[in-house]
Amino acid sequence: MLKIDSVSKTFHAGTVNEVRALQDVSLSIEDGCFTGIIGTNGSGKSTLLNAVAGTFTPDAGSIHLAGHDITRWPEYKRAALIGRVFQDPFAGTAPDMSIAENIAIAMKRGQHRSFGFAVTRAFKDDVADRVRTLKMGLEDRLDNPIGTLSGGQRQALTLLMAVWTRPKLLLLDEHTAALDPKSAAKVAELTKIIIAREKLTALMVTHSMQQAVDLPDRIIMMHRGAIVEDYQDERKQRVRVPDLMATFDRVQKRELFDESVAGMLKAQYC
Amino acid sequence: MSLVIGAFTMGLILSLLSLGMFISFRMIRFTDITVDGSITLGASISALMIVEGYSPWLAMLVSTLGGALAGSVTGILYTRFKIQEILSGILMMTALYSINLRVMGKSNIPLLDVTTISTGMEGFFEKITATASKVDILGWQVPIGDLAVFMTSAMIAIFVAVLLCGFLFTHAGTALRAAGSNPQMVRAQGVNNNTMIVFSLAMANGLVALAGSLLAQYQGFADVQMGIGMMVWGLASIIIGEALVGKAGIGLTIAGVILGTILFRLLIAIALRWGLNPNDLKLVTAFFVFAALVAPAWFGMLSRKISGGLNYVKN
Ligand SMILES: Nc1ncnc2c1ncn2[C@@H]1O[C@H](COP(=O)(O)OP(=O)(O)OP(=O)(O)O)[C@@H](O)[C@H]1O
Ligand SMILES: [Mg+2]
Repeated sequence: MLKIDSVSKTFHAGTVNEVRALQDVSLSIEDGCFTGIIGTNGSGKSTLLNAVAGTFTPDAGSIHLAGHDITRWPEYKRAALIGRVFQDPFAGTAPDMSIAENIAIAMKRGQHRSFGFAVTRAFKDDVADRVRTLKMGLEDRLDNPIGTLSGGQRQALTLLMAVWTRPKLLLLDEHTAALDPKSAAKVAELTKIIIAREKLTALMVTHSMQQAVDLPDRIIMMHRGAIVEDYQDERKQRVRVPDLMATFDRVQKRELFDESVAGMLKAQYC
Repeated sequence: MSLVIGAFTMGLILSLLSLGMFISFRMIRFTDITVDGSITLGASISALMIVEGYSPWLAMLVSTLGGALAGSVTGILYTRFKIQEILSGILMMTALYSINLRVMGKSNIPLLDVTTISTGMEGFFEKITATASKVDILGWQVPIGDLAVFMTSAMIAIFVAVLLCGFLFTHAGTALRAAGSNPQMVRAQGVNNNTMIVFSLAMANGLVALAGSLLAQYQGFADVQMGIGMMVWGLASIIIGEALVGKAGIGLTIAGVILGTILFRLLIAIALRWGLNPNDLKLVTAFFVFAALVAPAWFGMLSRKISGGLNYVKN
C-alpha cells in the first residue's frame, strides 16, 4: 500500500518564480489498485510521481510504501520497490546496449550486482519468453542495441523492465504521450494486460480522458498542486469522458470565480 | 629495429593508461584530469619501493592501489562535495604533485641496476639462449633485455585487457556502462550513480598508475614531471584506436584502444626520427586531438566511428 501524507513541495521558494507544485497532498492507494491521475498542465501530476519516486525530498509530509517510511530514501534505493516508465521513450533504456543487457540491468533492481556474467544462455531464454508476450517480434533481436528500436518498442520494453521484478508500485508518467497513435494504443493495451496479470499497484498520469476511463480502477484529478476529485469504485464505474470534461470546467470556473471575488475584495478594501 | 620494438613496448605500457582512460572518458563519461598526477604516482611509488628492495611485482600492486585511491578521491570530490568534474580532477592532480614529491623525497629517482618485473623473463631467455645477449628474430638482432620488457609488457597488457573486457559484461560492469550512457535510467533501476562514478575512477586511475609503474621500470627512472600531457596522449590513442575498429563491440574496441596506443607511439617514433623536435611533441599531439575534436566530419572520412566516439566526450 502507498500512503502519501500531507506532502508539500514548493520550487524556487521565496523568489518571484515560486511555484507551489504540491500543496498538502494526501492520498492512499490500496494494494492492487490501478490509479489514473489527470489534470491540467502544471497541476503537479509529475511532481507527485517524482515525490514518490524520490527525484526530490518533499518540504513537508511523509510517504510510506509497503510498510517502509521512504520519505528520506534516495531515488536509487526506492527503485527496489518501484518500477517506472517515463514520458520520454529515450529515458528508460541505455541506447547503445542490447535489449538483453538492458533487461539484465532491470532484473537486478534492488539486488546486489555481482561479478557474474549478466547475459547467460539461460537468462536469454527467459528473456525471449517474456519479450515474446509483447508480440512485437523483438525476441529475435535480443542482441541488437535498444537505440535501433522505435519509440513504441522501447516504451514496451521499458514497461517490461519496470515490472520484471514485480515492484510494489508502478509509476507511469504519460508513458504513451510521445508515441504515434498506433504505438500509443498498443502500449496502453500492454499496460492494462500486464498490470492485471501481475496484480500490480500502479499510478498512471495521462492526458487522455479516454485512457483514464478505460484503463484504471480509480481516477484522481489534480489542479494547482492539490487533489480536487477522486473517482473510486462505483463512481469510477459510471464515469465517462464527458463527465470528466464537465468536472474540469467546473474546477476551472470555480477558480475564475475565486479570483474575481479576490479582485473585488481587493478593490474594495485596498 | 630497436626503434620499432621500443615503440611497441612503450605502446603496450601506455595502453594501460589508455584502457584506464577508456573507462573514465568512454564508459562512465567523466573527463578525468587526475591522470597526469596518477601516472606519476604509480611511477613514484614503484621507484621508491624498488630502490628500497621490495619486489617489483609488489611495487606494481601498491602503485595500482595508490592510483585507485587517488581516483576515488577525485570521484568523492565530484559526487559528495559537488565540485565540478574538471575541477575535481585538477584539485587531485595538483595535490598529487606534492604527494609524488613526498613519496620520492626528491624530484627524480633513477632506477639503475635494479630488479624489475622483466628481470625474471630476461633470466629465462638467457637460459634458453645459453647466455647470448641478442636473439635473432626474423633476421633482426634483438637485445634480450628489450625482448624481455616487450614480452612482459605484452603479457600484462593482454591480461588487463581480458580482465577488463570480462568485467564489462558482468552485472556490475553492465550497470557501469549503463550509468555512463543513461544516468536517469540506472537510478530508476536502483543503481547508485555516485558509487559507480567513484568505482570507475578508482579503476581507471589504478590502471593509469599501473602504466606509470611499468613506465618507470622501462625508462629507468621516475620523475615528478613525467605525467605532464599524459592525458592528452591517452586521448589521442583512444581516438586512433576507435578509428581503427570503427563502430564495434566492447571487446573489439578494447583491442582497438591497445592497437591505437601502439600505433600512436610508432607515429611519434617515426616523427622524431624524421627530425621532429621532441619539445614540439606535446604541441603536435594537442593539435591532433584538437583537430579530431573540432573536425569530426573531416575525420569521419577516415572512419564513421570517430564522430560517434567523440560525442562521448562531455564538455
Ligand atoms: N524541478 C522543478 N523546478 C522548478 N519548477 C518545477 C520543477 N518541476 C516542476 N516544476 C513546476 O511545478 C509545477 C507542476 O509541474 P508538474 O510537472 O508536476 O505538472 P504536470 O501536472 O505534470 O504538468 P504536465 O501535464 O504539463 O506534465 C509547474 O508549474 C512546474 O513548472
Ligand atoms: Mg507532467
